[in-house]
Order: sequence, then structure tokens, then C-alpha cells
Amino acid sequence: MTDSKYFTTTKKGEIFELKAELNSDKKEKKKEAVKKVIASMTVGKDVSALFPDVVNCMQTDNLELKKLVYLYLMNYAKSQPDMAIMAVNTFVKDCEDPNPLIRALAVRTMGCIRVDKITEYLCEPLRKCLKDEDPYVRKTAAVCVAKLHDINAQLVEDQGFLDTLKDLISDSNPMVVANAVAALSEIAESHPNSNLLDLNPQSINKLLTALNECTEWGQIFILDCLANYTPRDDRESQSICERVTPRLSHANSAVVLSAVKVLMKFMEMLPKDLDYYGTLLKKLAPPLVTLLSAEPELQYVALRNINLIVQKRPEILKHEMKVFFVKYNDPIYVKLEKLDIMIRLASQANIAQVLAELKEYATEVDVDFVRKAVRAIGRCAIKVEQSAERCVSTLLDLIQTKVNYVVQEAIVVIKDIFRKYPNKYESVIATLCENLDSLDEPEARAAMIWIVGEYAERIDNADELLESFLEGFHDESTQVQLQLLTAIVKLFLKKPTETQELVQQVLSLATQDSDNPDLRDRGYIYWRLLSTDPVAAKEVVLAEKPLISEETDLIEPTLLEELICCIGTLASVYHKPPSAFVEGSRGVQHRRLPARTGSGESSESPDVGQSAGVVADAPPAVIPTQGDLLGDLLNLDLAPPTSSGPTVPPSMQMGAMDLLGGGLDSLLAGDIAGSPAMATGLASAPVGLPASLSAPVSSGLDDLFDLGGGVSMPTGAYVVPKTIWLPAMKAKGLEISGTFARRGGVLHMELSLTNKAMSVMSDFAVQFNRNSFGLAPAGPLQVVAPLNPNQTTELGLPLSTVGPVMKMEPLNNLQVAVKNNIDVFYFSCQYPISILFVEDGKMERQVFLATWKDIPNDSEAQYTIKDCHLNSDAASARLQSSNIFTIAKRTVEGQDMLYQSIKLTNGIWVLVELRVQTGNPTYMLSVKCRAAEVSQLVHQCYEMVLKN
Amino acid sequence: MIGGLFIYNHKGEVLISRVYRDDIGRNAVDAFRVNVIHARQQVRSPVNNIARTSFFHVKRSNIWLAAVTKQNVNAAMVFEFLYKMCDVMTAYFGKISEENIKNNFVLIYELLDEILDFGYPQNSETGALKTFITQQGIKSQHHTKEEQSQITSQVTGQIGWRREGIKYRRNELFLDVLESVNLLMSPQGQVLSAHVSGRVVMKSYLSGMPECKFGMNDKIVIDKQGKGGTTTDEAGKSSGKQAIAIDDCTFHQCVRLSKFDTERSISFIPPDGEYELMRYRTTKDIILPFRVIPLVREVGRTKLEVKVVIKSNFKPSLLAQKIEVRIPTPLNTSGVQVICMKGKAKYKASENAIVWKIKRMAGMKESQISAEIELLPTNDKKKWARPPISMNFEVPFAPSGLKVRYLKVFEPKLNYSDHDVIKWVRYIGRSGIYETRC
Repeated sequence: MTDSKYFTTTKKGEIFELKAELNSDKKEKKKEAVKKVIASMTVGKDVSALFPDVVNCMQTDNLELKKLVYLYLMNYAKSQPDMAIMAVNTFVKDCEDPNPLIRALAVRTMGCIRVDKITEYLCEPLRKCLKDEDPYVRKTAAVCVAKLHDINAQLVEDQGFLDTLKDLISDSNPMVVANAVAALSEIAESHPNSNLLDLNPQSINKLLTALNECTEWGQIFILDCLANYTPRDDRESQSICERVTPRLSHANSAVVLSAVKVLMKFMEMLPKDLDYYGTLLKKLAPPLVTLLSAEPELQYVALRNINLIVQKRPEILKHEMKVFFVKYNDPIYVKLEKLDIMIRLASQANIAQVLAELKEYATEVDVDFVRKAVRAIGRCAIKVEQSAERCVSTLLDLIQTKVNYVVQEAIVVIKDIFRKYPNKYESVIATLCENLDSLDEPEARAAMIWIVGEYAERIDNADELLESFLEGFHDESTQVQLQLLTAIVKLFLKKPTETQELVQQVLSLATQDSDNPDLRDRGYIYWRLLSTDPVAAKEVVLAEKPLISEETDLIEPTLLEELICCIGTLASVYHKPPSAFVEGSRGVQHRRLPARTGSGESSESPDVGQSAGVVADAPPAVIPTQGDLLGDLLNLDLAPPTSSGPTVPPSMQMGAMDLLGGGLDSLLAGDIAGSPAMATGLASAPVGLPASLSAPVSSGLDDLFDLGGGVSMPTGAYVVPKTIWLPAMKAKGLEISGTFARRGGVLHMELSLTNKAMSVMSDFAVQFNRNSFGLAPAGPLQVVAPLNPNQTTELGLPLSTVGPVMKMEPLNNLQVAVKNNIDVFYFSCQYPISILFVEDGKMERQVFLATWKDIPNDSEAQYTIKDCHLNSDAASARLQSSNIFTIAKRTVEGQDMLYQSIKLTNGIWVLVELRVQTGNPTYMLSVKCRAAEVSQLVHQCYEMVLKN
Repeated sequence: MIGGLFIYNHKGEVLISRVYRDDIGRNAVDAFRVNVIHARQQVRSPVNNIARTSFFHVKRSNIWLAAVTKQNVNAAMVFEFLYKMCDVMTAYFGKISEENIKNNFVLIYELLDEILDFGYPQNSETGALKTFITQQGIKSQHHTKEEQSQITSQVTGQIGWRREGIKYRRNELFLDVLESVNLLMSPQGQVLSAHVSGRVVMKSYLSGMPECKFGMNDKIVIDKQGKGGTTTDEAGKSSGKQAIAIDDCTFHQCVRLSKFDTERSISFIPPDGEYELMRYRTTKDIILPFRVIPLVREVGRTKLEVKVVIKSNFKPSLLAQKIEVRIPTPLNTSGVQVICMKGKAKYKASENAIVWKIKRMAGMKESQISAEIELLPTNDKKKWARPPISMNFEVPFAPSGLKVRYLKVFEPKLNYSDHDVIKWVRYIGRSGIYETRC
């Protein structure tokens, strides 16, 4: 009896034949036919045409046949909803069957059929099964509630299944408890604030009891659920830890890792001087080491997690270096991870051993592994000062092997060693120079050039070396070009007499012959510095560099906290927050470790500690990990708006981000600010900062006004009427129209959300893609209540300009993602550039004059504005209300010339000359700006403001 | 949770495809084939995120098992489940091969329906599964009511791994202490790392619901007894000598972990038949059964002289078996001459190694092999990486020093006592990764 024959039939007319066989009277033949159908389905053939014939076979007392038909149903019911109804009767009947296995099978399968009409019929049988006398049926029904919730959440709530499910947590059978916990946890994830799980000391106690008795999988569900609980005080935390630690000896690695997660999290609450704290630390090491003798795939998961644990609590594994030594036959993914952990654990005590190992690895076969090993030697040198010398000599040995990629990697790390220990190991430069010719990777070339430039005075033929690179300047990558430019300027400042020609050559290559703006800018800066003030140039270019830090690749602390709360899960494998790879609302809660609370001082009630405590515990000045990992539209990691409870904390957090973001922005501006025009931008940048800071704080109030007043305009700036951005057709019934406004120095996106669908919409969130001016929501989308069908809500979303920047086409294009409980929708809209005009955009006359001259004439754009009947003063006043400031007015031959300045949120200045001839409705507009792309948008904005 | 589970052959053709969640579509099946199976060596991680879908995979011979999800699942659990899935399939139909999977696809679907519900793993103990997933559908209809409830209570019960009412005429149990000893030694004979990972495998043929208690020479237990008990200091010392320090151990789910945590006693009701009672790891006072002393000399650019001495380090009365020493040779080897005093040695060009096999070797002996390797001249700049010399063997003792002290059986309901049970204990030490760098 070989079933493999079913996989091989591919003749024509097969479907027809199968149809006949399915309708055969002989049971055996029927069963064979269904098997063939399933085999075809497996390999991806479309056998949906046989739906009625297969369903006809459902009424059978042969359990095997029944299961096969069910399998078919689960696959095709969605595509044939009307015919699927035919199956309902059998399901309902089977749910009453005396055999518990058949009852469970029916309820299990029914939940997998995602057809609305069927789900209605499912409710009654499910209700019975949830209270079935047989635990096997109950545990299956518990999972079925989660299935049903996934299809129709409202139905589950209306039918009261959630309460029944909660009751099952107290069931006498441990497996029922475990499945109920799993189902509830999943449902709770899509309702972050529902307090569904209602964890309290009593229910925790029930879970801990079930933990000792249920299957290995059940233990995982329970431990993962426990990890979401926040104990009230250190005593409760300790008692839970005590009951969880025995799990560390479980044979199932996932049970062990989930137990480690609970312990790592609850440990945070224990006082460090407690004896138990030390005991717990000691207990954690052995099971973690044991995970390394599991199968390689699990080792990989374990190692990724250990990497996190070592960063959070290095003391746990500090004596276990040896177990992370790489074995010759380890799969490459295990090797690379082990190497990472070895470096993290490297210390003065074990550095000799580590180095010996790393040297061994550097001679292995796998290129990636060898490179990483070489790099690791460099990191050891930087981390453990005492070992630096030995590391350098090891690296030199490796350079002697002349293996191309080893040499290049070694040079890159030696550069870092030079930075960390200046004036210590320069004697090796000669050896490095010997390998100049073999370097073909940009990073290695750049590193080598940096070394030559930095130590130009000690290298006799530095000029020759650098000159040799210059020959193919245009073929080099930007990284190398930039480095070469700087190195030659350094060389010139150190040995001015011999190298004048060289520096001139590189400057002209960089400025005149290059298309790369970065390179050109840097070239110009050097050029001007050198030509105006060589002493200053020396101070700038040869300035002492800040020391580099020991550990460069540590995970940012808030992210680390979140990942520690995700031990064992995919997030901990990717080292990314769940929101970075999970779509929709699931998993968007940012998890934080609990703060320490003494047993005496706990005053919060337990459920407050659960929801609000999470936010309050977070240190105020953390950088949210928002969007930095993927930074694309799909990456919806905004927390869905908290529909109840205090809304202030999230916006406070946003404020904290703005503060830092603004600071960063001004830092960046400082970096770029080489040319004089940019320098003015820099000077005024801090002034712009409080404005963006005030945005989130006041947003709460603003929203109140918005709701009441609709489109009110306190400052009188012109606001474009709302247009439809997202038609309901494209967004499953959600229509969005909107516009942009600038009020009180704050950017707003004014939105009208209309629900044109039949069901209630909730859980709204919004996110922008990177855009030209870094627009980003400064707060969550505050939809107060769920949006009922045919209801419209108006709201204002304050925006900040400190989001990630990416040039868009057209420049003012904004791509927006809006999420609700149904799906995520994308649309794009264009904002008038006038919303970016800041209040302090009035330029000094002198500066204006100088800047106007400084901007080359070819970046001047001319436009005409027709049919405008304002006089120059009225126009000036009107423009002023949109933050376009008139600096001077001249009247020549009956023509008024208005000189105006505009400053954009990112510090770009736009200078404008507006010529108005009395009696002539056509204005002449000249726009000068260093960023010429803006001119066209400025023109549009003038048209709009003057004509409305 | 797990959104879908696929099984492919080595070409990437789908053999089994079961989708549990609506967010996983048919395109996921193809995505894995194109991006992982067909990418050959390019994919260097067992977890991959392709188009915002995560794929976990394990390979058994040339069969790929892939679990798919779009959520932040417990990754360790997914892999544990995939291994378990392999175990279950092996228990049902033997080796996991394309032929076997195709022949049993209906059974596999039935199993997948049972052990994974909406992506949540359910009871996957083969013992329990075999009571009701039998591939004889008609038969299961004729279970009596009692039988049915017995099945369901076993599947969901506290003791899901054992059914009631087992009877044997002869109560018998077999304990195998299986250890694999791992070593990494420097060319100078310095131990870089060494550990033993051991398993205690039990075959139990016991009637009823026997309560068992397992004891071994665990240092912590013996020290405790030495202190608290009435034994004199001397006795404590002598037993302390034999005791071993266990770094860590893990147990089959039948063992009561909380009891082990508090009293360090290992008590359990065993599954019927063969299973793995515990795993453990030791790093201290390991008996290294063999020592490898390598000597590699490069004579000019075209010749290598290799001499390897192995010394056995255990009681002379014991015999090691299946000894194999693998000496790697450079890729540009053109010819090899080998002389060995004992056993047989052969140069295997396809494996780039000299393989030296000795059938049996007593303790405290020494043997030697010497080889001349001729090399083709190459202009490959990279030096030969000199992979370590590895060794395989089997010895009839536990290199960790672990000793079984007792395994007591109590079955209060049936009338047989601990003395009536026939018990067998066996120790086997095998080489794990046993390498000496040269």
C-alpha cells in the first residue's frame, strides 16, 4: 500500500475522472479519490472544482476519510462560501457525537473555516464544547475561541466567549488551562488595554500550579504569559522566581528560555543585596550553557539570546568563556554568533586564551568567519588595553600571510587601534605600507589613506603614496575620495612646501570635476579654510580627535530592555523590536522591564501597575526605537491610541523624542554648515527648537480646539480646503480627507475620517514615510471613540519636522500610512510648502544683501503671477501672515520692489524679489535659494496666498 | 504562532503543506523554495525573514521542514516543535525520506492536525498519539466509551506520557548511561576545552503506574548525606571521591522538577518503553580516554611528514572499540605513504584525510602511525589551514565518572516490589567532537 503514487498523476481529464471516483458507491474507491485530491492540493494544483463532490463524502463513519474531507474544506471553503454551508449540518451533528475525539475534531475544524455564514452556526456548538465534560474537547474549544476571534472579534465579545475562556483558567485540567492562557494571550495582544488576562496574585498562583503539571508546550504558553505580569513588589517577584526556577532543568529548550525570560525580567525588581539575587544569578548560567549542546538551530536561537543577556547582565556568564569557543564542525551561523559573544566576554582575565583562539580562527576557510575573527582581534585590542600590544602583533602576523581579505580586514582594525591608542603603535606603519597594492576594498583603502594622512610627518614618501591613489581618483568610491581629500590636506598642513601641487590637484578634482555634493562641499570648505586662514585650517583639520569607545555595537538600552522581555521569541533572534517585523496591531506594545519596588512602598493597585505602570516606569529621556530599523511605511510601530485612561504619557514621550531629535538636527546642521548662508541657518536653529518642543505639549489643548472649531485660523494664514486623500473605495470604507495648516508655530495635519463601511472602526494610528522635510506625527492619532458607520470625525494631528529625511519627488510629497482595526492603508498627499515657513524668517538687511549676491545667478528662478489685484502693501501684509517677511521695499519708476525672506523649518533660506507695478495685475517674482528645487514650490505658494 | 508548516524534497517540491493561519498564503510556499532551498549555500541562518514572513527550517537528510509565521513567535518553541515533529514521524514510519513521506502523507496530515492546533503545539508524545492515530480509521470508531475517555484523559492529563493498565509478566528495566566526551586540545597537549554531555536512556517494561526514584553519585547529594547522615567523616570522604560535580542537567517531562529543585531527588512515573530520562553535562575531572600526540613537519614545499601517536588512558582490563583517527591532508596532496603498527590506515582522497582504524585497544597502551604526504606545487598564496585531527571511539565506562547508585521502583497498587524488578545498567562512552589541533 504505497500512497506515493498519488503524487505522480498529471494526465488530462484528471479532474473529470476524480469526480466520477468521488461519486462512486464503493467506500474504498471514494477514499482513494479523496487521497488523490489532497495530494494534488498539496503540490499546488487547483482542485476547487471538486468541492461539492468532496463535501458529499463528509457524511461518513470513517474517521480517516472524514479528516481528509475536513482538510480539503479548510483549504477551499473560503473560495466557495455558498457551498461550504453544505457542511454545516455535519459539523453541528458531529459536535454532539458521543465520541469526544469526533466532537473535538468538529469544533477544531469548524474554527478553521473562515466563512462568515459558517461562523454564525459555530457559536452554539462552541459554547457547548467550552463546557464539555471531556477535557480534550474543552482544550480544543479554548483554542477555537482564538480562531473565531481572528475571524470576527466582535462576535466573540458579543457572545460572551471571553468570559467563558477566562473561567477555563481555573479548570481542573492543566492542558485546558494552558490552551486557555494561550488563546487569551493572543486575544489580549489585539486589545492592549483590555486587561483581558486580568493577572493578579490569585490567577498567577493558578498558573504556577498548572505549570508543574501540563505538557512542555503548555509550560511555554504559561511562562510566556507570566512574563507579561508585573509583580507588585519584590517579595511577590521572588516567590514567583522561586517557583519558576525548577523549569530551568527542563529538557525542552524553549521551556528553559521562557523561564529565563521570566527570571531576567522579575530579577529587575529584586534588591541587589538580597542573597536570593546572587543565588538566582548563579542558577542562570548552567542552563544557558546547556543550551549550547542542543541541535544547531536551537543553539543559534540560544546564542542570539545569550548575546542579549550578556549585554544586560555580563556577570552571569563571565566565567564561561570556554564554552563559546568555536568548534571546527559548527555550522557557520553558530560560529559567527559564538564569535560575537566571545568578544563581549573578553576581559583581562581571559584575553590570552581568547586571542589564541581568534588567531586560530583567522586561518579557517570561510571568508566571512575569518574576516569577523580578524575584526574581533581589533576589538579585543580596543576593549582590553593590556592586550593591545599582543593584538597588534597578532594582526601583523596575519598580514604576513598575504591572504588578501585578511590583510584588508587587519588594516581596517589597525586604523581603529591607532585611534584608540595614539602614538603607540606607529612603528607598524612600514609593514602596512608594503601591502598598499593589494588593497582593493574601499573600506581598507580608506583606512590605509587615513593612516597615511594622519601620520604623514613620519612617512617619508607619504606624498608619493597619496599621489598614487590620486591617479584613479574618479574611479574610487566616495568613502575613499573623501578620505583621500582629507589626507592630502592633512599632509599639506604638515609639509606645506613639497605638497602644494598635490593639494591643488586634489582640491580641483574634488570641487570642479566631481558630481558628488558631499565631496564638493568638503573640498570647498578646505579650499576656503586654506586660502583665508591657514592657522585656523590647521586647528580644524588637525584637531585632536575624540577617543573611540570600547563597545561600539551595543544595543541601545531601551531596545535591549524590550528585547529582554522578548527572550526566546523571534524578536530576540532578529534583535529587532516585534513592531519591526510584525504587521498590524499585534505585538506593537513596547515592553519594558519593571522597576524595583519595595514591598513596603507599593501603593498602586495591581491593575494600574499593569497598564499605566509600564509607561510610567520608563525613564523620561529615552530615545524611542521608532522607525529606525526599517523606517519604511510598513513599519507601523506607533502604539495604537489609548482610547481610555490618561493620554498624556505618550505625548510626553514624544516630547522627549523631539527634544533629542531637535538636538541632533542642530548638531547635523552644524556639521554641514560650511558655507556662510548655512551658518546663519545654524545660528537660528536653536530658536526653532522650542517651537517643535512646545508642539506635543500643547497638542492636547489644540485638539480640543480643533474638535470644536473645525477649520479655525488663529493667525490668519491661508489654509487650503480639505481634499479627499484616500477614497473609501480604496480603504475598505475609510475615507480620509485633509489639509495642512500652521497655527501658533505648530504644523498641523487636519484630517476628516469618515467611516463608510458597515462595521465600527477603531485602533487608529498613523505614520509617515521619510520625506523631504522630515515631517513626522508629533503625537498619536487621537481618535477619541471608535468610529461608527457613517460617522465622521475631525481631528488635528500636530506634526514635527524632526523625522527621518529622504528627498521625495515632487519635493512636497508625503506618503502616509493609516492603520485601523481592519487593515493598513497608504496614500500620498502634497503639502503646501508655506506650512514650513517659520516665524523667525525675517533676515537682516545686510545679510540679505550679501546672501543675494552670494547665490549664483543661475539658481535664480523667475515667475509671473497673473491676475492679482492687490497693491504692494496689501500683498506684503497678506504674505506676512504666512511667514513671508518683507525686509525692504524700493520704488523704481512706479514699480514697487519687495524684498522678502523666508526660512524653512530645516534652516534653508529663500530670498525673493517681488515686483508689483501699480495697475498691472501681473506680478514678477524672482526666487533665489541654494536649494533650487524649492523655488517652484515657493512660487505656487505665492500664487495661493495672493489669490485667496 | 506557527502560521503554516511545509515539507519539501531536495528539489524544493512540496510534499506536505498545512496552513494554520490566514496570514500565510500559498506564495509563502514558493518564497521559501526560491529564497532558501534554491539559494543553496547562500542562506546562512536557520531563521529567515523573507517579505515580512519568517521561515524556520531544519533539514533531515535531504528533506526540508519549514515552519512559517508572520508573528513574533517563540522561536525556541518552533524549533523544538520541528524536532519533535521529526521524532513523531520517525516513530511512526521510520526514516524521514521523500519516499516515506509520500507513502504516509495522509498520516502526516492527520498528525499535523492533532499536534498543532491554530499553530499552538499540543500533546506530541508518541505513546499517547499512537493510541488514537492509527491509520485504521474504522477501528477507532469501535473504541468503547471507557477507552475513549481513557485516550482523552491521557492526551490531556497530567501523565500524558503513560497510559493506565499496562501489564507485564516480567517487570524489567534497562538503564543506559550514554556519554559523549568532547575535547579540544592544543598541539602541545594542553586541554583547551573538554566536557562530557551524557544521557541516561531508560527502557522500562513495568506494570501499572510505577513510581521511580533514580540516584547517582551526584556530588551535591553525597555531600549532603555525608553532612546530615550518621556516616563518619572517613566514609564521607571516600564516597566524596567517587562523587562527580554535575554542571547542569535537564530532565524528561515525567520528572518532577520542583522536587529536584528542592531536594535534588529524581522521582518520576516513567513512560512505557524507551525514552531519555535525563541529560547532563560535566566539565570537571573528566577521564580523557585517549590522548593524541601529533607531529607535522613540512619538508620543503612539496612534502609533509606526519607522525601521530595515540595513547589509551584507562584501566588495562577494559577494551576500547571502533577507534578511528582522521588526519586531514592538504587539498593539493598527490600521494601518501602510511606505516602503522596497529590497525589499518588508508588515504581517502575524496575526504582529504588519512583514516586510521583500529578495531580494539586495551587501556594504557600506545600506538603510532607515520605518513609521508607528497604535495603538488601550487601558487595558492593561502597557507593550508591545518584542520584538527579528530578521533572516534567507544569505551565501556562513563568518562565523566558517573555511577548509577540505585533506581527504585514502587507500585503500591499492584503486588510487585522493587526486588522483583530485573534491572540492567550499562555504561557507554563515545567520542563527541574529540579534536587535537596540529
